[in-house]
Amino acid sequence: MRKHLKPRTFKKLKGKVDLSSNTAGIKSPNPFWLASAPPANSGEQVMRAFDHGWGGAVWKTLGEDPAVVNVTSRYGAIDIGGMKMAGFNNVELITDRPLDVNLKEIAEVKKKYPKHAVIVSLMVPCERKNWHDIVKKAEDTGCDGLELNFGCPHGMSERGMGAAVGQVPEYIQKVVEYVKEVAKTPVLTKLTPNIADVRFPARAAMAGKTDGVSLINTINSVMGIDLDTLKPKFAIGGKGAHGGYCGPAVKPIALNMVSQIANDPETKNLPISGIGGVSDWRDATEFLLLGSSSVQVCTAVMHYGFRIVEDMISGLENWMREHEFETLDDFIGKSAGDIVEWKHLNLHHKTVAKIDSSTCIECDLCFIACNDTAHQCIVRPSDYGKTGKGWKIPTVIEEDCVGCNLCSLVCPVEECITMEDVETGHAPLTWEQYTAAGMTGYKEVYKRFHD
Amino acid sequence: MSLQACFSRTPFMSDKNNKTIDDFPLLKEMTPPMRREEARVEADRCLNCYDSPCTIACPTHINIPKFIKQIGSKDNLGSAITIFDANAMGHSCARVCPVEALCEGSCVYLGWHEKPIEIGRLQRFATDALMEKGIQPFEAGEPNGKTVGIVGGGPAGLSAAAYLRRLGFAVTVFEKKPMPGGLNTYGMAEYKMDQRVALDEVALVLDLGVDIRYETVLGDDLKFEDLEKKFDAIFLGVGLGATAPLAIPGEGLKGVYEALHFIEYIKNHEFDAIPAGETTVCIGAGNTAIDVVTQAKRIGTPKVVMSYRRGRADMSAYDYEYELAAGDEITFEWQTMPIAILGDDKVTGIRLQRTELKDGKVLPIEGSEFEIPCDRIVKAIGQTKQVDLLSKTAGITLDKKGRIVVDATTLQTSNPMVFAGGDAVNGGAEIVNAAAHGKRAALGIFNTLFPGNPPGPEHSDWIQTIEGVRTVRPPNHHHAKTLETANV
Repeated sequence: MRKHLKPRTFKKLKGKVDLSSNTAGIKSPNPFWLASAPPANSGEQVMRAFDHGWGGAVWKTLGEDPAVVNVTSRYGAIDIGGMKMAGFNNVELITDRPLDVNLKEIAEVKKKYPKHAVIVSLMVPCERKNWHDIVKKAEDTGCDGLELNFGCPHGMSERGMGAAVGQVPEYIQKVVEYVKEVAKTPVLTKLTPNIADVRFPARAAMAGKTDGVSLINTINSVMGIDLDTLKPKFAIGGKGAHGGYCGPAVKPIALNMVSQIANDPETKNLPISGIGGVSDWRDATEFLLLGSSSVQVCTAVMHYGFRIVEDMISGLENWMREHEFETLDDFIGKSAGDIVEWKHLNLHHKTVAKIDSSTCIECDLCFIACNDTAHQCIVRPSDYGKTGKGWKIPTVIEEDCVGCNLCSLVCPVEECITMEDVETGHAPLTWEQYTAAGMTGYKEVYKRFHD
Repeated sequence: MSLQACFSRTPFMSDKNNKTIDDFPLLKEMTPPMRREEARVEADRCLNCYDSPCTIACPTHINIPKFIKQIGSKDNLGSAITIFDANAMGHSCARVCPVEALCEGSCVYLGWHEKPIEIGRLQRFATDALMEKGIQPFEAGEPNGKTVGIVGGGPAGLSAAAYLRRLGFAVTVFEKKPMPGGLNTYGMAEYKMDQRVALDEVALVLDLGVDIRYETVLGDDLKFEDLEKKFDAIFLGVGLGATAPLAIPGEGLKGVYEALHFIEYIKNHEFDAIPAGETTVCIGAGNTAIDVVTQAKRIGTPKVVMSYRRGRADMSAYDYEYELAAGDEITFEWQTMPIAILGDDKVTGIRLQRTELKDGKVLPIEGSEFEIPCDRIVKAIGQTKQVDLLSKTAGITLDKKGRIVVDATTLQTSNPMVFAGGDAVNGGAEIVNAAAHGKRAALGIFNTLFPGNPPGPEHSDWIQTIEGVRTVRPPNHHHAKTLETANV
């Protein structure tokens, strides 16, 4: 009879990591904030979010009384495959509650949660007095910072506020200057993505002496047409208006804009609060790696509730332990420098697809994608008339492969198709160097047989 | 390979001695682990329900949508922590839990006649990952100066030990067997869970600094009074006693086994001690009886018979357990009862009598006796309660069925310093029920020994899984409205 438990030992979980975050002087116990949106509409919601673990909240934007009037029917979404709300859109305006009610609740929340970040989002007409008044009122609550809403793309922009300001760098600079004349707390300027180059509004905000920027706000969008009624999807009395698009689908757009600001020589030291499609800790960590000091979340919370922050904290902590990062500063911005202009990419870098036939399930999606739409370098035994076992298993013709990644992207099996670097033996050569050398020095790394 | 093909191709009948598990492929874990992409697809399929029915159905109230979403976001360690935080036996439960009757059986997908989320296999995906990495996610609490003696190193006792250590108690476990784990180690069908899995999980608990004494039996090696003197509190996780006797002639013959003894040979891989033989007859039709007949078949016994006094509809085994036995080609003798075991010194057969049901009572039919030649009989008609041990030795109150009477919230017995859980309290249930008891009793012991001084905030996550209710809950803004005006 087996008698003894074979001794099995366990490694200790590495020490506690520190998630505390500082964005332009706004401190919070972790980098996860509620974005200025419906989840941060009232004191009761914000306090409950803090109880769940959120580190901060940007209050739903305050304006001047009388408060705005909202329409009913406000949100729309697109589902992609089995994924609900892959993209989300809304035509809701700023807070529709009286200013003094919001101010009173903000003060209560701040008193009860002194260590959490409470940021007040503001939007008033572009006059010095209006901004001075609202800034003073907001700061009287004891809040930790201000966010200037120059992003809201619907409704408010028609009234000369929100994105109407954010799309004109001169206006941005002027309003930020008004605010900084009186503000005692850090000021974040929230940028709209509905512009050609986000670096210009970011530079303008910096010129106005903003303490940081937050981005992206939502993107102009129409969610679709109902094919039964021929009316817009989510119609208000049969009519729709363009709304602000957000959710998981917008993340890559946001990551690009964050990296642009993080890498721009003029704004590279400007603190960033990242926004746009953050649904889990992985998304959040990507924003941090590209230079955000905190992230703001809305759509994922509107989908699942405040509880999702528990997974975000756990995931980020465990990832930091694995990478032996102790604080956020150990990795914030670490990947930003690797986003470069195209002309700095190495033309002599070669990567080719490798297909692991042992895990291949023979769906042949890689085969048809490569042959119909990419570079025609995947073949199967059946293409040579072979039948029998394995007739559909694809193989890459490595010398033809341009390393485009498409096959690995369509493959449903994890790590069945991997992209592997191939040593070409050629010294690195960028487009910049190539053109500077009079278009000489390029050695072919793949076969261009469609010439 | 089909089951039948396996039966015919496996060299069951060889005379080879020193058989190992490799000679019995059908005894190896039947349910395959999930590959990464399977886990990803399945995790993404989960709707992430709030107040999810699966979490409510789980006796340990693991936050199931949370651990599944953590797998989805590739935080496998976080996922395993969510599981083990609520259930110290989460590694074995992932394999042996009757998920069809609990979490998976309550999945909202069933309402659409869709396949429920494979919660058991996802759970295994996460706990296997932690075991493979060999990470201890928890730490023992600061010593609180109090000691707890645990009698029984099975799922209830070990679960209690894990949480008591985290709360800072010094813990000593007294186990009567030479290995820890109780029925997890000795009593689960091998094709559901390898003994190694159970022992790995025990090791994770013992790693928290639990003192365990093997081959120590309460009443024989261990006096209850000594325990009372030595410890500030006692937890009884003693399980059930011997299999109930059939009380028919021939019960002492060679070849008559108690169900758990028979299974133990398989768990210990002592295959030479239980040659396949020709025919095994199992008396009883509960889940343990299913484990007996399926494993008898899987060690190569050509004919395996299950005899039960009542019919198929009355058997206590879960439906999918029955289907497992049916798939293993077990011969069912419904509505039969044993009246004699035949043989001189060794079993050569069994005499059964047919029964009928009258007003819910099982009555033998005169003149319906028949015999089945067999060389092994296994008794699986339920285990007895340890009435003498508990009432005389420990002096605690039992109910009419011999179960320990406890306070539902704290699991305190009639003796204020004694707490109890597991089969000895519920009369025999699942591993997950025992694990839930151990967790509940740990808090009960803490709150009894430190009244008015609740455990620190680092314990709030697992404590809220005892009742399974989130501490941060959405408000009812409509509290001013009546049920009617709120359209409830």
